[in-house]
Amino acid sequence: MDLTLKIWRQKNSQDYGGFKTYEVKDITPDTSFLEMMDILNDNLEKSNDDPVHFDHDCREGICGMCSMFINGRPHGPQQGITTCQLHMRSFKDGDMITIEPWRAKPFPVIKDLVVDRTAFDRIIQAGGFISVGTGGVPDANEIPIPARVSNEAMDAAQCIGCGACVAACKNASAMLFVAAKVSHLALLPQGEVESKERAEQMVEQMDEEGFGSCTNTGACSAECPKGISLEHIARLNREYYFAKQSSENLPVEDEVHGS
Amino acid sequence: MQLDAKIPEGPLDEKWSKHKFNIKLVNPANKRKYDIIVVGTGLAGSSAAASLAELGYNVKSFCFQDSPRRAHSIAAQGGINAAKNYQNDGDSVFRLFYDTIKGGDYRSREANVYRLSEVSVNIIDQCVAQGVPFAREYGGLLANRSFGGAQVSRTFYARGQTGQQLLLGAYSALSRQIAAGKVTMHTRTEMLDVVLVDGQARGIVTRNLITGKIESHGAHAVVLATGGYGNVFFLSTNAMGSNASAAWRAHKKGALFANPCFTQIHPTCIPVSGHYQSKLTLMSESLRNDGRVWVPKSAMKGLTASEAVNVSEDDRDYYLERRYPSFGNLVPRDVASRNAKIVCDEGRGVGPTGLAVFLDFADAIKRDGKETIKSKYGNLFDMYKQITGDNPYEVPMMIYPAVHYTMGGLWVDYNLMTNVPGLYATGECNFSDHGANRLGASALMQGLADGYFVIPYTIGDYLAKSGHDKVSTDNEAFREAEERITQNIDKLLHCKGSRTVDDFHKLLGHIMWDKCGMSRSAESLKQAKTEIQALRKEYWEDVNVIGVNEELNMTLEKALRVGDFFELAELMVDDALNRNESCGGHFREEYQTEEGEALRDDQNYAYGACWEYKGPDKPETLHKEELIFENVKLTQRSYK
Repeated sequence: MDLTLKIWRQKNSQDYGGFKTYEVKDITPDTSFLEMMDILNDNLEKSNDDPVHFDHDCREGICGMCSMFINGRPHGPQQGITTCQLHMRSFKDGDMITIEPWRAKPFPVIKDLVVDRTAFDRIIQAGGFISVGTGGVPDANEIPIPARVSNEAMDAAQCIGCGACVAACKNASAMLFVAAKVSHLALLPQGEVESKERAEQMVEQMDEEGFGSCTNTGACSAECPKGISLEHIARLNREYYFAKQSSENLPVEDEVHGS
Repeated sequence: MQLDAKIPEGPLDEKWSKHKFNIKLVNPANKRKYDIIVVGTGLAGSSAAASLAELGYNVKSFCFQDSPRRAHSIAAQGGINAAKNYQNDGDSVFRLFYDTIKGGDYRSREANVYRLSEVSVNIIDQCVAQGVPFAREYGGLLANRSFGGAQVSRTFYARGQTGQQLLLGAYSALSRQIAAGKVTMHTRTEMLDVVLVDGQARGIVTRNLITGKIESHGAHAVVLATGGYGNVFFLSTNAMGSNASAAWRAHKKGALFANPCFTQIHPTCIPVSGHYQSKLTLMSESLRNDGRVWVPKSAMKGLTASEAVNVSEDDRDYYLERRYPSFGNLVPRDVASRNAKIVCDEGRGVGPTGLAVFLDFADAIKRDGKETIKSKYGNLFDMYKQITGDNPYEVPMMIYPAVHYTMGGLWVDYNLMTNVPGLYATGECNFSDHGANRLGASALMQGLADGYFVIPYTIGDYLAKSGHDKVSTDNEAFREAEERITQNIDKLLHCKGSRTVDDFHKLLGHIMWDKCGMSRSAESLKQAKTEIQALRKEYWEDVNVIGVNEELNMTLEKALRVGDFFELAELMVDDALNRNESCGGHFREEYQTEEGEALRDDQNYAYGACWEYKGPDKPETLHKEELIFENVKLTQRSYK
């Protein structure tokens, strides 16, 4: 198939940026979306033009590196997959495809389609862990955890930190990302101990990074390649309310998120 | 050069505990005076950085990805082995040790492998404490499965995403130390050289991938946890960014590179479909627990998956079940891969290219029901359908072997230190634990064993003896390294040739796959060497690297990595040519039994082949680490 690509080009974080149009020809349906981009870049390099920069690494939907906003949707038209898992059989001959980077203030563009997502790392650093050091831990089977609970924790823990939730949200809220981690750890007995502080600190960091507020629209969950449920946001809210009631860490007048 | 593996004295099961007692400790108040560089943030790197920081050392951690959480350990699917014997099925530390040594075709070091099995039990405890949501039984205890040919159920798993969950566990521990100020994290930063001062590793030189700035970082010790070199083959299951540069640059600074020809070809990957293909996707080995592998008894050219359903049982050859009645479809990876190649070479391969075999779930679905199969493999089946368009609930999958893991790597002693004082290598980037073939679910185990439970002890012994004077990055050695890197980059940017980096990389990959892949012969290896040398020459004369150094330039990043792949590829070929035997993943056509199985030569080749760099275009010198087996009897591996 032959396609027209309208791609966001931006030289660096200072550059204003804008769309440029490219043509690619003879793409087979078995080609992956990123391989189609490789073909475009190969053509560009062969005519001495700067290739389109985009983040990608594992190309099997798990590292969370790829991050394209395709025809107005993060990771493209299919649900439940990342851009690297998208194949050209989802498009048809003659299509015009618009490709943009994630758009959110806390994710500044570095170049073309590459954005800076270190804000997510700083949110995890604010409390997205269980405070255990290496060694000196009990036997793994010491605390039985019902399979149902463990499964639910796993549902949340699947988050790949790609940022599609933020890109999908009209407010660029990171609630689903934060909720996934808070929920994963709060559900497990090992993580419950610190669950209040964790919710408070991660939400505080989220605000500091400049992510917007959550209005429970649900676009995040609909576009999440791992299908992380809005229920986790509800759990985050609950953890956060309980934390605020007894908090000694943060001023109580803070606006509560998620309602 | 005298190689000393520093294996502690005493009985096998007491070596590690005795060694831990005998090695020197660093006083808690002094730990803060030491800086340690850890390169790479996969399982081996993140766990090491976090554990060392917890002990009180100042850690500088580096990764080329935008976040430490994205390292390629994240993509491991199947699971992690541990000798917990929770299933009461006869597992033990010794059995895991024995299986790993045997699975590696007796080309790994006993003492290291035993220690690996020993600490495997601690890893599971540690991960559970971090909140890793391993699969559980309804009673709430941990579930296990049998994996990759093991006859006990010792594999712990988190759906098909075990690597992800373990890495996120290590990443959370690392994040906690970053927040505590004990780890300084450098993301989108690639190591381009290791720096030696007075013969000791005292730092690294890096390139900031966003600004292009070349920077020096000093330390008292350097730990490389930079993964394997499977991308030499261009097509592999590795991530696009996985590369050998850190290990290779260390090699060029004097670190020995051991057994480079030992590469693992994984049997269950989605076959290549076109020339534009950028990587190969692994389908977890766990699928072989229920899937049956077959090809038609006689060639049926271009047979598709939907036509296969109508091929009668009599016309099918379940060749693994036929040749290996006791292990059947669960034979180790090297055996399964080689057999797939054999049937395809016989012309019985299926699919449009003839380079594929079927993995069929029809019988399993009939036996256990679709729902049971779905609960076990649902995400893998979905992934397969997404990529190929075929529905594995209705038609068989098509699979073919692909490069997956590299057992070779930097030579290390029992302390995981290379022959360069102060330079350590952990995880896939060292050579120590998997011999000539790695068993399934053992890579995660090794990465975390090295990072959580080995290096935190052994590095202290070195530091305690080496003093805590800081090194200045104004030192001549750093300047020289920076200059050489800048020259290298300038050379690539000014080459302005006519072909892209990928063009060259693909050609290199073809040479390696055809002539130094699943099977090799002296003849094919000699051809490979000539072709690699010629292609490498062309590369430096005719490559076209667009853009400048001073901004994000992914073409330049790739060009630097491919430059190193060329040199490593040549060493892989030399090593394969030197090893006149077949063992594990290294199958030399000249050396096989009458039944076509790998024929080892323990008399002459029971050694680790450790190569020393001698300068550009000079042949490398071979040093041998003789492997001494005191606790296992060397036998012909048989899975019949």
